[in-house]
Amino acid sequence: MSASMTTANTEAGLGTIQARSGAALNPARIAIRNLEFFYGANKALKGINLDLPDRQVTGMIGPSGCGKSTLLRILNRMYSLYPGQRATGEVLLDGKNILDSDVDMNALRSRIGMVFQKPTPFPMTIYENIAFGIRLHERLSKSQMDERIEWALTRAAIWGEVKDRLNSSAMGLSGGQQQRLCIARTIAVRPEVILLDEPTSALDPISTLKIEELIDELKQDFTIAIVTHNMQQAARCADQVAFFYLGELIEVAPAEEMFTAPKQKKTQEYITGRFG
Amino acid sequence: MSATTLPPASGPAPAAASGPAKDLRVAAALGRRRRAIALAVKAACYGATGIGLALLFSILGTLFWNGFAALDLKVFTEMTRPPGSGGGLLNPIIGSLIQTGIGTAIGTPIGLLVGTYLAEYSKASPLANAVRFVSDILLSAPSILIGLFVYQVLVVPFGGFSGWAGTAALAVIVIPIVVRTTEDMLRLLPDTLREAVIGLGAPKWKMVTLVCWRAAASGIVTGVLLAVARVAGETAPLLFTSLGNLNWSLSLAAPMSSLPVTIFAYAGSPYQDWIALAWAGALIITLGVLGLNIAARSLLRRK
Repeated sequence: MSASMTTANTEAGLGTIQARSGAALNPARIAIRNLEFFYGANKALKGINLDLPDRQVTGMIGPSGCGKSTLLRILNRMYSLYPGQRATGEVLLDGKNILDSDVDMNALRSRIGMVFQKPTPFPMTIYENIAFGIRLHERLSKSQMDERIEWALTRAAIWGEVKDRLNSSAMGLSGGQQQRLCIARTIAVRPEVILLDEPTSALDPISTLKIEELIDELKQDFTIAIVTHNMQQAARCADQVAFFYLGELIEVAPAEEMFTAPKQKKTQEYITGRFG
Repeated sequence: MSATTLPPASGPAPAAASGPAKDLRVAAALGRRRRAIALAVKAACYGATGIGLALLFSILGTLFWNGFAALDLKVFTEMTRPPGSGGGLLNPIIGSLIQTGIGTAIGTPIGLLVGTYLAEYSKASPLANAVRFVSDILLSAPSILIGLFVYQVLVVPFGGFSGWAGTAALAVIVIPIVVRTTEDMLRLLPDTLREAVIGLGAPKWKMVTLVCWRAAASGIVTGVLLAVARVAGETAPLLFTSLGNLNWSLSLAAPMSSLPVTIFAYAGSPYQDWIALAWAGALIITLGVLGLNIAARSLLRRK
């Protein structure tokens, strides 16, 4: 159901959450239409309609089990790994429905990258971690590869910390560094969209801050969707916020509007901490 | 009096507590009993440990005592000879190295791929469950059965005992060990690691070969080392397959000597010099297996 059909919430001053003052939302990069998702017979998402604006950040919030991570895992077809999980409806990327069975999933995943809740460095050197993804999709000379790796690590704000130890194991990095390495690995493939599934929930506050700054940087080039349990994080990072509850998209609005004047009572209760 | 204070030993119970008054003499007697039982259990544990260790050390001690006494350079440089004329264990040592080496080289890739199939490709299908079940049976099957099986399949139809038959028997023993450790080690990897590889647009075979195997490498290598240690000491599967050979022979098509079978033959002989060589051979195998176990443990710890 469209959020705009309901009466506006008249209660003012939702408290302390300061959302970024929003510029207008860009046209959609990904358009989700009538999306439903099933874990076996269990319906986890119901009739989702949502646009991810081009080169802006969409924050997805909602209590545990509301379907926000599930939605993220549909966008790069990660659910296809697991038999018994299926999606119906449309997810349009450049007008093409990525849920179609003829979609080349490896190519799709090179266009829509993902960063996970826990850092997932591969058991190899820092250099090889980044080169791994690039080699899957491109043939680069040694100098081009070096250049690309420096670019990716620089964009992920970790180049300065690792440039002298590119050939040591990535497993020796701290949690925050590992997560930025994973972001570097994702952007090194040069995707168009980046999906972040609670990327800072396993990190300390300083690392969290760095990654939030990074997200702000990255949206110049990439369309970003971030799932977060942290309302402040959604407010700090997102241009558009979507609130999910029990598998339904309750409300979607520009961040400022969402945190100052949510239209739905449920949204207001959630962001003021009355449940969740 | 408040209900929380301790009642006097012989006084009346406070109104709040139910049942008769607590008798401190009974409590003390129960305490003595409890301590006595604890002491008895502790003594039994220590005693059993002592018996176990004593047996173990007497075996190792006897082996080291007799083995080192018989061990000299000639053991490694000279062939087996008829009783009374000296000689060494060169051909059994080389035979064991060849059969263990090739058997492991054949069994490891098969075991690795089966374990990978079970962990990565077919977690709970009926076929996977059947494979897992059969592999586990093979793991605990008496090794003499495997020797008899290879005798029927490779020795009888091909007209004689051979190094190949011995190698095949050892490979059959290696396979289920490597299957189990490979599957266990791959299952320890978090699914998020797999999703991270797939999420970059990698095909599944690259996920398995370039990331999962590498992440599980130290555990898998440990399994292979343990398999080598196991087959290096196997006698039964070689008795009906490679038989043993008192002459110098590197041909896998002919009967081939091996340490365990030589020990079996020499230790039961009436000749003093053969018995001494059997001790030396037993020591060599034990030290080799000990070395492999230590290597495997340190690899696992580094993980």
